Amino acid sequence: MSVELPMPLSKAPGPSDSPPGHACGSCAVFNVANLERLGVNTASSDFVIALAGNPNTGKSTVFNALTGLRQHVGNWPGTTVVRAEGAFRHQGAAYKVVDLPGTYSLLSSSSDEHAACDFLLFGDPDVTVVVVDATRLERNLNLVLQILQITNRVVIALNLMDEAQRHGISIDTRHLSRELGVPVVPTSARKGRGIPELLEAIAQVAQGRTALKARTTARLAPVVERSVSTLAGQLSAEFPGLANSRWVALRLLEGDPSTERAVRDGSLGDVDRQHSARQRALEAAERTAS
Amino acid sequence: MSAPRILESATRLRAELPRGFADDVVASIYDDAERIVRHSVTSDSKRARLGMDQVLDRALTHRVWGFVVMGVLFYGVFWFTIVGAALPSDLLYTLLVDKGHSSLRGLFVDLGAAPWMTGLLIDGVYLGTVWVVAVMLPPMAIFFPLFTLLEDFGYLPRVAFNLDRVFAKSGAHGNQSLTMMMGYGCNAAGVTATRIIDSPRERLIATITNNFSICNGRWPTLILMGTIFVGTLVPAPLAGLVAAGAVVAVAVLGIVTTLLVSWVLSRTVLRGETSVYTLELPPYRRPQVWRTIYISLVDRTLKVLRRALVMAAPAGAVIWLISNVTVSGPSLAAHLVRAMDPLGMTLGLNGIILLAYLVAIPANEIIIPTILMLTMTLGPLQYGVQGGVMLDLPEAQAGTVLIQAGGWTLLTAINLMLFSMLHNPCSTTVLTIWKETGSLKWTATATFLPLALAFAVTATTASVARLAGWV
Amino acid sequence: MNLDELPRDGRAVVTRLDSTGADRRRLMDLGVLPGIVVRAARISPLGDPTAYLVRGSMIALRRSQARGIHVEPCAEEA
Repeated sequence: MSVELPMPLSKAPGPSDSPPGHACGSCAVFNVANLERLGVNTASSDFVIALAGNPNTGKSTVFNALTGLRQHVGNWPGTTVVRAEGAFRHQGAAYKVVDLPGTYSLLSSSSDEHAACDFLLFGDPDVTVVVVDATRLERNLNLVLQILQITNRVVIALNLMDEAQRHGISIDTRHLSRELGVPVVPTSARKGRGIPELLEAIAQVAQGRTALKARTTARLAPVVERSVSTLAGQLSAEFPGLANSRWVALRLLEGDPSTERAVRDGSLGDVDRQHSARQRALEAAERTAS
Repeated sequence: MSAPRILESATRLRAELPRGFADDVVASIYDDAERIVRHSVTSDSKRARLGMDQVLDRALTHRVWGFVVMGVLFYGVFWFTIVGAALPSDLLYTLLVDKGHSSLRGLFVDLGAAPWMTGLLIDGVYLGTVWVVAVMLPPMAIFFPLFTLLEDFGYLPRVAFNLDRVFAKSGAHGNQSLTMMMGYGCNAAGVTATRIIDSPRERLIATITNNFSICNGRWPTLILMGTIFVGTLVPAPLAGLVAAGAVVAVAVLGIVTTLLVSWVLSRTVLRGETSVYTLELPPYRRPQVWRTIYISLVDRTLKVLRRALVMAAPAGAVIWLISNVTVSGPSLAAHLVRAMDPLGMTLGLNGIILLAYLVAIPANEIIIPTILMLTMTLGPLQYGVQGGVMLDLPEAQAGTVLIQAGGWTLLTAINLMLFSMLHNPCSTTVLTIWKETGSLKWTATATFLPLALAFAVTATTASVARLAGWV
Repeated sequence: MNLDELPRDGRAVVTRLDSTGADRRRLMDLGVLPGIVVRAARISPLGDPTAYLVRGSMIALRRSQARGIHVEPCAEEA
């Protein structure tokens, strides 16, 4: 069995304060130290997947569908408060899934939202799957767009498609995917539909096989844009491995205490560049071939 | 640029920015979202979308019907649990307790095991374990799937919506109505459910007061008391209704206690800011009935089995030991009963009841069997019942034993119901509280505050009843 | 007028948010922003809170929260 290995790009990984994803394929970072600090044991897995989304989008159902873990699925906001973990194998590679608390955004000050934001920022998962309620897309996109400012290794699981159909809502997933710059997979996790496609999309993004387009971030007022760019530049100079300096800059300008703390104690610079996604894919391939 | 200088730079830049710029950032994200949705989503009939949901909501949050439906649904859940569990419980009891116990006993005797070992392991450990399994497994296996189905359907947020004002006025978090309801199945589950309350202060209030939700393990005690002592006060046709009414009254009292204690806590030791509370009413969704039932069933079964092994087994051993270990003549149990009788009398109960509650901290469901056994072995009348072996009796017989041998009165029964509702949580719940709060201080509070309340209330009713000459 | 004065089934456009801090953040996260149309959908049988339709979702807000939201009522959609 032959395995398609992605071709190495000529551009060397380096600091970047352009929106994340421009050189994504070569620049993915395996964040061992931080992940372990956040309580995730990465020893037996090749890729770490974060599962995010608004409360009440069927995220737990997607989690169960991916990992087969028997967990209670509730239909009321706030059920998924504790982070759960699971794992699955796909085409020879081992994936670990971290289920983040359901949150409406990453900007609020509740502990749920902190936990989710911290994990995305410092844990730097290989793929972030955002579960979105197809029947309430507008509100759900708030979180998606925020996450896209932190990372663009994202796969959107457009869930509850059966409900959308029932209510006469139809979504042009291709247009959505183009707008967001990331794969959008329609799913109906309760009915088990769309899961194979979701797994495939996750694998593709994790192994750097999908070309992810840079998304033009939300247009900011010029004076704000200037401040963000300046600060982002200073951040990138101080913390070379930081891929989402614009997000951090924005949080600092807003006066977010936990971001200030991260800058002060240097944990922002802990992003460890041990492995590249390619190397891990190589190791995974070797494992299956042997 | 070093870290401190970056922070300085941020502060400087921030000063130059317009004051509401953070709002603008959020607004711009939503503008983006709106634009994307406008181009990607087409909605067929916006009205039809909300049609069914609107009809349901109109009924379920109606000024009158909302509460009627709530009452009917929850009464229905309890009724279904009790009735549905009766047959499986009987079957399990016959299999594990009647047949299992005597078979195992016979086996041990045949093998020539020492009487104390047979007693300790079979009459104590084995009996305690299977008793809990037989009594608890069927009700839990029915209550939780039903509750989960309601949750999956989307009904529970509506309950929180209906009851919010009452809880807000009591200084409690809006979601406490939901954790309270969960406690009616099992208090440990209710405590775990408090995770949905974000603020630690309000979460503690919900945790401490969860005990006043009458868990599945305490219903048998209440139902028995209601049937034997309260139902018999009225003519036979009404007996069942009145007995049920007594149980409901105690349950309602539990809710009142929850609100009162929440109110007191939120104004004294757990004072603080009301946290930001938003309740979303999700669309109603057809629950995946079989899958939910299956998962809930398996989950609950495992939990009951584990609890039976970890908590009830040692409790069974302790019960056998205190009844069979003698200290200069009488058994340890007899000594303890005599020591606790004065306190028991003050509370309108007796020493046997208090001893039973002491040894049955792990499991409320073995209270009545233990009381019966102790009454029949330590009381004035001879029944030929073995010490340390829990037993069950049909209601009428149980009533006779308690009244004749135990000297129970209506006061005893009522105070037992009150004590059962108010007293400290079972050991599984205490352990859960400790795990969830990580605080010895609050775990102790959650354990001893209800006990103190139980003492206070029963002592008061006993004194009032005696002073008024009713007893 | 303030949102808590909006009668049931009434529709209005949000003009200003008075609340500050975490309250404000949470409202904005849920999409309650100036320019958005909200509808008072259902009132709790005990009088408080009221469920508002915001961007397709039903959010229950207590009177104290709704009071800090300024709105401009608009006519019923045909």
